[in-house]
Amino acid sequence: MSELKTLYKEGLWGNNPALVQLLGLCPLLAVTSTITNALGLGLATLLVLVGSNITVSIVRNWVPKDIRIPVFVMIIAGFVTIVQLLMNAYTFGLYQSLGIFIPLIVTNCAIIGRAEAYASKNPVHLSAFDGLMMGLGFMLVLVVLGAMRELIGQGTLFDGADLLLGPWASVLRIEVFSFDSQFLLAILPPGAFLGLGLLIAAKNVIDAQIKSKQVTPPEAEKGPRARVTSLT
Amino acid sequence: MKLTMASSPHNHSHKSVTRLMLTVIAACIPGVIAQVIFFGTGVLIQLLLALVCVSAFEAAIMLMRKRSIWPSLSDGSAWLTGVLLAISIPPLAPWWIIVIGCLFAIVIVKQLYGGLGFNLFNPAMAAYVLLLVSFPVQMTAWLPVTELLDTNITFSQQLSLIFSDFTALGYSLDQLRVGIDGSTMATPLDTLKTDIAHSLTVSESMQKPVFDQWVGLGWGWVNLAFLLGGLYLLKTKVINWHIPVSFIASLSLCAAIGYIASPGTEPGVVFHLFSGATMLGAFFIATDPVSAATTNRGRLIYGAAIGLIVYLIRTFGGFPDAIAFGVLLINIAVPLIDYYTQPRTYGHGAVK
Repeated sequence: MSELKTLYKEGLWGNNPALVQLLGLCPLLAVTSTITNALGLGLATLLVLVGSNITVSIVRNWVPKDIRIPVFVMIIAGFVTIVQLLMNAYTFGLYQSLGIFIPLIVTNCAIIGRAEAYASKNPVHLSAFDGLMMGLGFMLVLVVLGAMRELIGQGTLFDGADLLLGPWASVLRIEVFSFDSQFLLAILPPGAFLGLGLLIAAKNVIDAQIKSKQVTPPEAEKGPRARVTSLT
Repeated sequence: MKLTMASSPHNHSHKSVTRLMLTVIAACIPGVIAQVIFFGTGVLIQLLLALVCVSAFEAAIMLMRKRSIWPSLSDGSAWLTGVLLAISIPPLAPWWIIVIGCLFAIVIVKQLYGGLGFNLFNPAMAAYVLLLVSFPVQMTAWLPVTELLDTNITFSQQLSLIFSDFTALGYSLDQLRVGIDGSTMATPLDTLKTDIAHSLTVSESMQKPVFDQWVGLGWGWVNLAFLLGGLYLLKTKVINWHIPVSFIASLSLCAAIGYIASPGTEPGVVFHLFSGATMLGAFFIATDPVSAATTNRGRLIYGAAIGLIVYLIRTFGGFPDAIAFGVLLINIAVPLIDYYTQPRTYGHGAVK
């Protein structure tokens, strides 16, 4: 149980693939121009991550150490192909707008990283949960970044949600405010870098605050301590 | 009488940061006057707006960082950033352009990196690039010089253009940019670039009304005025000669080579030196003491590299002018330049 809790905390916050490990930045920066794109790619990555973690964990005892990386890549590529074909069939608009970044999930270091660091050493159910949590953590960051960029860039939220969720979802589009000229920088890649930097900074601030709250009580109990050795 | 022992250096420069920054701002005055004469009083409104914005943002960040506001504000660096940004943008750009620019320059580029002395990039130029990339339409809407304008724009009309996009009579900026002959006017650099792309020669393009005999109408004088301010800065030793001289030399050399190679499509040295923001860039922007190279040899390399990039982008790139891009790109290289041009420490290392 505590292992599950650790995985849950690590995946969503403490070891978040996007904010702490800084893995998979290429799709993260490239496709988060709207929430819809971010959510689409986040879901695709989540599916691939769970699938590859489960499979890698199942075959972990039969894969020789020397050739494990190619094997993992093959497994991941298989799942990416499945997801790509599914998106091509059911969410064609999104498939077109994400373009090359769907096949590029294969090279997402977050996925091979989890396969190598966790799934290849742990049983199936834990690996599946790890994949789910890491995928969710990645997807959350994608969505938050997508929301920031979409809001600042064009003043809307969920623009083009019908591409992902079907025609009914076009009602989800919220026009928060409208301006004559788009704030292009937020939509262009530099905006993604700036946005991600701000998100990481925000996480560090929150971590520092949590830490400062936790540390203060035990320090108050300590008595004065005389230095007996010199610093040098 | 008690003698106190002070540690070296015993020879102090009596220039405080505040004094330096205010001198640079003062040296901008001739250029600003020239801009007012040729492009109207809009630049004054932008200056005022910029000064208010940078002061407010600097103060807000200082409050957030729990530091005292006045020491940071009164060093003048934020004001200089605001002034440089206000000079660089089109005088009749809408008010939110300068507000966003100041916000980005002060909050992100300067204070997030730790404030004055820690910023990797020139704040004014980073903000300029942000604006140019984000709002290309508003950032390229330069009015032609006032004498070419169909309608004369008064101060109050400029005010309402900046704050509400329309004059009291309902003219938009685009309508006002239409010249006497009924065509929208671009800046000289832009006109020349478009004409050359349309297979006109330089001398054919120079027949257009935006050009004087060999430089853009008005722009040559604005550049001369900034050159004057720059020479004052050199004389008062606020800046060193290395960066402006190497920048201008490198740009001239490139322009001369280009002119010799292809006189039909190259405007030549004088045009490059007195067009766009060349003089402003050489004396006021590239010489930013924080983000520029710090060794003398490094400064020569730094200036020359900016000159090269400015020439390359002006001639082959997609943008008409490139001071901001050049400065930012070479800002990135400054740590490397400084690393390889460290002067020999006195008493250490071999001379040969």
